[in-house]
Amino acid sequence: MSRYIARRLLQAIGVLWAAYTVSFLVLYALPGDPARLIAGPDATDITPAQLDALRAEFGLDKPLIVQYVDRLLGLVRGDLGQSLPTGRPVAELIGEALPSTIQIAALGLLLAIIFGAGLAILATFSRNQALSRLLLALPPLGVAIPGFWFALLLIQWFSFGLPLFPAVGNVGFASTVLPAITLALPTGATIAQLLSKSLANTLREPYIDTVRAKGAGPGRVHFRHALRNAALPALTVTGLIVGQLLSGTVVAETVFSRPGLGRVTATAVAQQDIPLVQGIVLFAAAVFVVTNLLVDLIYPLLDPRIVIGRRRVARVQTGVPA
Amino acid sequence: MTRTDSTTGTTSPDSFVATAGDRFKDAVASRRRAPGGTARGAAGRLGRFLLVLRRHPGTVLAVAWLVLVLISTVAPGLFTGQDPIDGVPAEKLTGPSAAHWFGTDQLGRDLFTRVVYGSALTLQAALIAVGIGLLVGSLLGLLAGFIGRWVDDVIMRISDVLLSIPSLLLSLALITVLGFGTVNVAIAVGLGSVAAVSRIMRSEVIRVRNAVYVEAALASGNRWSRVLFRHVLPNSAGPVMVLAALEFGTAILAISALSFLGYGAQPPAPEWGSLVSTGRNFLTTAWWLTTLPGIVIALTVLAANAISRALDSDERRSR
Repeated sequence: MSRYIARRLLQAIGVLWAAYTVSFLVLYALPGDPARLIAGPDATDITPAQLDALRAEFGLDKPLIVQYVDRLLGLVRGDLGQSLPTGRPVAELIGEALPSTIQIAALGLLLAIIFGAGLAILATFSRNQALSRLLLALPPLGVAIPGFWFALLLIQWFSFGLPLFPAVGNVGFASTVLPAITLALPTGATIAQLLSKSLANTLREPYIDTVRAKGAGPGRVHFRHALRNAALPALTVTGLIVGQLLSGTVVAETVFSRPGLGRVTATAVAQQDIPLVQGIVLFAAAVFVVTNLLVDLIYPLLDPRIVIGRRRVARVQTGVPA
Repeated sequence: MTRTDSTTGTTSPDSFVATAGDRFKDAVASRRRAPGGTARGAAGRLGRFLLVLRRHPGTVLAVAWLVLVLISTVAPGLFTGQDPIDGVPAEKLTGPSAAHWFGTDQLGRDLFTRVVYGSALTLQAALIAVGIGLLVGSLLGLLAGFIGRWVDDVIMRISDVLLSIPSLLLSLALITVLGFGTVNVAIAVGLGSVAAVSRIMRSEVIRVRNAVYVEAALASGNRWSRVLFRHVLPNSAGPVMVLAALEFGTAILAISALSFLGYGAQPPAPEWGSLVSTGRNFLTTAWWLTTLPGIVIALTVLAANAISRALDSDERRSR
């Protein structure tokens, strides 16, 4: 078990290193002059000497490979470099923005699970064909709706139409509701699509017939027997869902004028703040890797058929009589 | 092999009693009965396509909508006689009416006209994005699946890394370097989808590569490049086409979101995402400026997704 965790941790570090390399290649090795970006678009009368000074200050005058190693060594120490326009440490900027983003992302995830899973369960549980067909038509709609537009509609209806929630800002719980709903829409639709498909498949399995034959009512079959197995495939996409939430904050926080990681990202892209963008990309990759690691560790607790660190094939072979 | 003939509704004899020879004759007979001679021919494919449409009216609607939108990108003048850039200031911010279906904006420009003209920018960008994603992704997947060994390992590890970064963030990182503008946004969105395409292409190529006819083609002395492009590529393209339709919808969403954020088309050029973004300043007074362009975006994405689903079920059935 501990060997398995150690191996998975090494793999995770490998993915992060690769993510660093890919983002470095994309952001630094492509043609462009970061020094001009630091100086800003208004600095047309800047002298070459001043540009050189800027390059030296941010270490941009060294060969690419030296920059690559320097930044990698910094990364190992937890130093993500400095933001170009402000000169502040990238890690600090991300850390400051995070709490506000976690608030709406957590509430969004909660809403997505409640409504996504609720819809999937109701659609497969209902005997009413028309109702379940209607319910199953909703998730594709939720995936197709542009998030920025949905957010504006929410503002129109629930801030201006019915003044229930504030349209902007980050003061109090009420201000998190509309951004969280915006984040929950595509995520909840994804969960509903996955879970309803997997529930429908599970309900066709022979063991469900056995359970029914033994006299279990529909509710017991659905919740005690089918749902537990059907939820497992949905669990494997947790990493993807967290990534979806994270990138959703770029739009949600812009529309609702909330400070947070999404806003920081939007501004960083607009100002072509390369170190900050790289820091955010690495942060997103780290979140994905850690989430997947956790899911893999939790999985065997939920499904005893999966044994960590041992070959499953051997177990299956001994389990099946010749 | 109990093959149900979709055109006549007859079922071939019970597979348990049929010998291999019988089954072969059945297969030949059912192919002969299929419209347009062979089931693999272009006419057969068209017949199957028409059949799918007749059975699924939703798909017909989706295709019709996309055709309308595609026509509007080439010939916007067919749908509206008004000007997308110059407005009538006296008629500013009027609600939807018979003269202005979608109302007018703050400069008195007809919003319906701007949406129709805007489809060109948005859809061109989406097509560029899907084209890049498909081309680069398929090529990488093809190489990974066909050559295997270390090439496969390298390409798949890179795609693992790319998949660990949310695609919108990846596109944003690319925009940071490439700069703003519709084409750059399209390139960024396209490159963001490369990893997913290459995965699917690779798994398909591996499935096809192990097929007997590929072995036969190699054994009869064809060069590997010929086998790759004549046999492997056409037979593994199906699921990639399904993904392409899906990516088209995703690309429209991503491009309009990035334009909404201000990285794409600059005003006064009409673009679906930036139209919604402009309407944002008039949320309380002019609901139509945000609501109606948004509905058009959602319908187009919905149509692309519906076509992808129809292609997918068609693909599964033909296996």
